[in-house]
Amino acid sequence: MELFFEFLTTLKETVVDVLPILSIILGFQLLVIRKPIPHIKQVGFGFIYVLIGLALFLLGLEKALFPLGKMMAEQLTAPEFIQTGEQVLTSIHWTDYKWVFIFAAAIGFSTTIAEPSLIAVALKAEEVSGGAINANSLRISVAIGVAFGIALGSYRIVVGHPIHYYIIAGYIVVVVQTFFCPKLIVPLAYDSGGVTTSTVTVPLVAALGLGLASTIPGRSPLIDGFGLIAFASLCPIIAVMAYAQLTEARTHRTTKKLEKRKRIKEEKRNLNRNNEAP
Amino acid sequence: MNHQLIVFLKALLGSCKDLLPIILVIAFFQFAVLQQAMPNIGDILVGLALVVLGLTFFIYGLEMGLFPIGESMAQAFAKKGSISWLLTFAFCLGFGTTVAEPSLIAVAEEAATVAAAGGIISNTIESQLAYADGLRFTVAFAVGLAIVIGVLRIIRGWPIQYLILGGYVVVVLMTIVAPSWIIGIAYDSGGVTTSTITVPLVTALGVGLASAIKGRNPMIDGFGLIAFASLTPMIFVMIYGMVIS
Repeated sequence: MELFFEFLTTLKETVVDVLPILSIILGFQLLVIRKPIPHIKQVGFGFIYVLIGLALFLLGLEKALFPLGKMMAEQLTAPEFIQTGEQVLTSIHWTDYKWVFIFAAAIGFSTTIAEPSLIAVALKAEEVSGGAINANSLRISVAIGVAFGIALGSYRIVVGHPIHYYIIAGYIVVVVQTFFCPKLIVPLAYDSGGVTTSTVTVPLVAALGLGLASTIPGRSPLIDGFGLIAFASLCPIIAVMAYAQLTEARTHRTTKKLEKRKRIKEEKRNLNRNNEAP
Repeated sequence: MNHQLIVFLKALLGSCKDLLPIILVIAFFQFAVLQQAMPNIGDILVGLALVVLGLTFFIYGLEMGLFPIGESMAQAFAKKGSISWLLTFAFCLGFGTTVAEPSLIAVAEEAATVAAAGGIISNTIESQLAYADGLRFTVAFAVGLAIVIGVLRIIRGWPIQYLILGGYVVVVLMTIVAPSWIIGIAYDSGGVTTSTITVPLVTALGVGLASAIKGRNPMIDGFGLIAFASLTPMIFVMIYGMVIS
């Protein structure tokens, strides 16, 4: 019963969040387009499903994952865990934080797989491309990008490098890749940077970043605590373009192999014919 | 009825698979690395069931409601032929969905607390609220503008890479002149703006527009709106930082 009331509260909050979007859509539909919405009943039910789904999703995250994930981020970054059994070190080496980096990558990958907005974009991309882009492969490439991004971002917080060197270097990689990768994937790759970080990823990643920045001596939460999300939105762009490049290279290689096989066959046939001829 | 039940169960199974990696990661770190027992396991199981159910409903509603409405509106605007109304709609959609975005509100408040602690703004509740609201409206305006630019690009058929790479150059140049304490927040603000409901709507809008306009390829021209929405907030938040200090 208590759970049901909690659900109602979350549902109310979700409805309030969605209200601006809903009023914009309805306002433009009624005042500017001035036509009834096609399949209004189905669309209406769809909206209700989305609202209920989102409320359940958020309530579940709040109940199960967020408290545990945040606690883990705090425990893994706490100085007592980093320096187990040893005397307090005067200086910290970044390898002491190996579990933090592994955790960062693992949590980045797994939360991205469950991210609803990425599922939406991946489904749409599969539909629009006529199946040439596989929704699951796209999601896995994005997740690998996020995993690498968050691990790299945590490393940056630990060693204390300024963020803009990393981001600018990432931009250069994106620019170079843009010129060499298949044109069809470029807009989708750019999009995948923005969609990865929302409901599931942001709260956990923010906790990790602030935990790291506030426990490492010499780091300020103000300058070093932020920035993980920036890494998580940059690296998927690179990962998705790399995925497209790899797929292209592989199909290229197989077609080449087939051509070669064909050529050899033809040569053999020609040879046989020549031998048979008197 | 039976058929629908099977579809639903299949969807439920899909959601379970989506969630499996998180469960494995949490379990591994809890038992193997931190070596602790799972606290209140009952709560966690209930929560996980809710997450699976929620994800299933969301994807169901996505295909039924969000995608169709985004595409049908795009087609209606394309038929109407009024670019100014389309751009107004684009701005409202970007601004309206971002200004109330919970994760943006959370990040803005966090940023205000940290800014007050760092002595950037005075340590009163009013100045923190003003700072957080300023940040929020700046980002919302930036997202509105981004969707406008993105829609204009689809209509005109501009290639996306020059616009985005040009944006990167602006971000890099701004980074040099902006105060250093705003940079982390600015870079992050690009990622948090796009919410779970905005993304499907905006994607459907882009794809719908690109398929309704002659000579546009939905794959090349339809995607890319989100990319703009994660780029412009960085630039505008850095401007905001420069104005404040």
